[in-house]
Amino acid sequence: MSVERVPVDPTLFTWPDEAPRLLGSECRDCGTIVFPAQTSCPACCSDQIVQRRLGTRGRLWTWTIQSFPPKPPFAGPATPEAFRPYGVGYVELPGETRVETPLTVADPEQLSIGMEMELTFVPLNTDAEGREVMTFAFRPVASPCGEG
Amino acid sequence: MEVAIIGIGIHRFGRTEGVSGLEQGVHAAREALADAGLQWRDIQCAFGGSTSAGNADTMVNRLGLTGLSFINVANGCATGGSALAAAVAAIRSGEHDIAMAVGFDKHPRGAFEINPADWGLGQWYGEVGLALTTQFFAMKIQKYMHDHGITEDALIRVAEKAFRNAEHNPHAWRRRPVSYEEIAGSPMVSHPLRKFMFCSPSEGAVALVLCRGDLVRRLGRTPIYVKAVAMRTRHFGSFEVFSPCQALTQAPSPSVTASRAAFEAAGVGPEDIDIAQLQDTESGAEIMHMAENGFCADGEQERMLRDGETEIGGRLPVNTDGGCLANGEPIGASGLRQIYENVLQLRGMAGPRQVPGRPRVGYSHVYGAPGVSAVAILQR
Repeated sequence: MSVERVPVDPTLFTWPDEAPRLLGSECRDCGTIVFPAQTSCPACCSDQIVQRRLGTRGRLWTWTIQSFPPKPPFAGPATPEAFRPYGVGYVELPGETRVETPLTVADPEQLSIGMEMELTFVPLNTDAEGREVMTFAFRPVASPCGEG
Repeated sequence: MEVAIIGIGIHRFGRTEGVSGLEQGVHAAREALADAGLQWRDIQCAFGGSTSAGNADTMVNRLGLTGLSFINVANGCATGGSALAAAVAAIRSGEHDIAMAVGFDKHPRGAFEINPADWGLGQWYGEVGLALTTQFFAMKIQKYMHDHGITEDALIRVAEKAFRNAEHNPHAWRRRPVSYEEIAGSPMVSHPLRKFMFCSPSEGAVALVLCRGDLVRRLGRTPIYVKAVAMRTRHFGSFEVFSPCQALTQAPSPSVTASRAAFEAAGVGPEDIDIAQLQDTESGAEIMHMAENGFCADGEQERMLRDGETEIGGRLPVNTDGGCLANGEPIGASGLRQIYENVLQLRGMAGPRQVPGRPRVGYSHVYGAPGVSAVAILQR
């Protein structure tokens, strides 16, 4: 029996597509790209906006480790017993934007500014109906050289 | 027109069981009135704010129903700075002669609880675990340390200084000095920031009485003049708290633009400042804000802290009352606490933590979510 899975927010990304992408928006007037999609441009105030599927690889711009359970509305395991520290960072998608994201790695030794990261999707929790809620995250690219 | 601060009042910061935030505000207001030698009925307009402790204008039930103009200010961490700016503007405009700026708060324990919708964000932002101010500050200093060669030594020294200064501040929350080793060995909260490097939400209240500069002689109080006050919001491309994305090209923070505007309006520069209170939500914030407010170049802070330049008695004393680190952060009161401290220091009445050499010009700076900053420059 397979567990049903749902996105944490269906407007954020195209998962469960075969090659899922984050959904941002692009300003037709000044070219500014943001995530998640907005209906107006924060740079030039234009409302000429189109949806844009963002790239899936980039470099870690900065990071931290969340070491204590956040208060609600955090939906992950938040009891002291169940909570697991998680990484958070901004990943710079070349030519697009820097996306704030959970990271799959929570070990400071394995994180460094400039390392190559790629988009992935991970379970956040199980909802009241027993469905697994999925969120986007970024993980280090497997190759240790990572220069692609 | 000159505007002077002629009365200051404070309710001690920290935890005061059984006393509401509003009552703490009333305490501060009465103390400020007594300090100014005035009555509540003399106040013509008031600007006040609180984030978690109710509507500030409810204070009139306790202070007196005189019918004055009382405007509530809700501007996050810049609430105090904005209340001060509004009071100064009300006097400068000629509409009122005597005004009060007041702020108080009383927050539950632990990190601030954030409702993403209040910040224009989807619920998902909180659900996936991104809605924490602590993460932003950690990520900002992480990047800053990487780019400008700041080490953990500087983070530790900022915290050490805060608790050392607070030992001599009767209104501070955490007055026990904490050693370098204890700070360095405390648990990591949000890498690279440790437990003693973060401030906590707390309680407290501050009130100021302001008046037209030409009334000072008649009122007979030692005036401290507000030379400039500037409030700014974020620009596209500045790295801010609660940002699901940020632009590829970085713009200056609102602290930078508020600081420049205040220096220009006051007709002074960073080299003229004798004492500074800078937003220290955590150790890294004080370090970055030293540069953003024009007091040093990026990276210079490491040496300045090692050489004690920002200690009481140093070249530029910073956060002489222990800052947010030792006072905690009651959002509505925090910015006005900085003003209280600068007035006390410029009057030469700060007791054992008095900055030597009769400081003449004081600088204060707040910063907070979602990218707001207010700067005030005072002169005796």
